[in-house]
Amino acid sequence: MSAESHAGVPDNALAMRRVAIVPAFNEEKNIVRVLAELRSFDAGLDVVVISDGSTDRTREVAEAHGARVLQLPFNLGIGGAVQTGFRYAWENGYDLALRVDGDGQHDASQLGNVMEPVVAGRADIAIGSRFVATGGYRSSAVRRIGIRLLAWVVTRIARQPLTDTTSGFQVLNRKAIRLYAADLPHDYPEVEGLVMAIRHKMRVCEVPVTMREREHGRSSIGSLASVYYMFKVLLAVFVGLFRKSVVPEDRA
Amino acid sequence: MTPLKITIAATIVSLLLLAGVFELIRSRRLRERYALLWLATGLVLLVLSAWRGGLNTIASWVGVRGYPPAVLFAVGLLFVILVLLHYSTVISRLTDQNATLAQRVALIESELRERRSSTRD
Ligand SMILES: Nc1nc2c(ncn2[C@@H]2O[C@H](COP(=O)(O)OP(=O)(O)O)[C@@H](O)[C@H]2O)c(=O)[nH]1
Ligand SMILES: [Mg+2]
Repeated sequence: MSAESHAGVPDNALAMRRVAIVPAFNEEKNIVRVLAELRSFDAGLDVVVISDGSTDRTREVAEAHGARVLQLPFNLGIGGAVQTGFRYAWENGYDLALRVDGDGQHDASQLGNVMEPVVAGRADIAIGSRFVATGGYRSSAVRRIGIRLLAWVVTRIARQPLTDTTSGFQVLNRKAIRLYAADLPHDYPEVEGLVMAIRHKMRVCEVPVTMREREHGRSSIGSLASVYYMFKVLLAVFVGLFRKSVVPEDRA
Repeated sequence: MTPLKITIAATIVSLLLLAGVFELIRSRRLRERYALLWLATGLVLLVLSAWRGGLNTIASWVGVRGYPPAVLFAVGLLFVILVLLHYSTVISRLTDQNATLAQRVALIESELRERRSSTRD
């Protein structure tokens, strides 16, 4: 490992075992760039791609570019895919999990900033947020309204301002890895996962990032799906407030 | 007019249904995505049960004369059919996935046995 191969990685992180969890559903065109960027960001980073029942060559392409691939036999949805990654991270003793989408929308060179609060021990989960700063990619109007409503709800629950509750660009420590390995909703996990984390007294913080447009393919979440998503997530968040903890508080 | 006793009984039953669904989600025995249809059922039945004027109006729209609570049965039945149909699609998907899993396990097992016997030699 040469010194410049992990230039953006905080110093304290170099002693930690770290893994990138990359969900990918038919991303053969996007995954190469994601893997290359992860590699140039941090050569000491293990990368596990969860191919979520992909029917294209995602698995072959990712393996050829040095990633470990977990191929799910059928599509579980983003939450089920990501949870597979967290289970892998938990069982293999990783200290730090970097969640990065396989579609190239998350810019790996910004991971150093997102990692920093977790590595410094100030947060259990750090979320790359599009709305703390300005500029860069913005999603469709329907989705923006939904995102703002969810942000409002989650901010009330967390009693701390959270702006980008649907962001999948996250860095987690081992305590948080354990929680998400134990339980993560299958369809649209980010918001519910966040509320669950807050209920488990995890410290969450946001770090400004910019995201990019997809180069190939399109987002799975259309306008109609956004509406269903809103209902489902609001219901889940509401019910989640009355739930018992899934992970005992003392251990881990 | 709908008899008052029916209004009260139907309202209580709808509320119990909603409470039951809520408890099932809370205790993680029912996933939200399968609960949405049940919640819709409970809410629609609750509204039609408690809102007497509404039930009467709808009854006269659809030509039910004399006994408005018949609409309640009809709507309840409609939702039960919807829920069942939904479950049929879910079961079909689970059947396919289950077959896929069994096949994958068989493939992995044969691979594993092959490796074991080759390392023993
Ligand atoms: N659409 C979709 N994406 C999945 C699934 N499983 C994993 N993913 C990955 O999750 C990431 C985010 O998906 P995307 O559709 O771009 O969502 P968006 O960025 O929120 O619009 C991508 O890397 C996908 O390849 C799935 O079942 N459906
Ligand atoms: Mg995306």
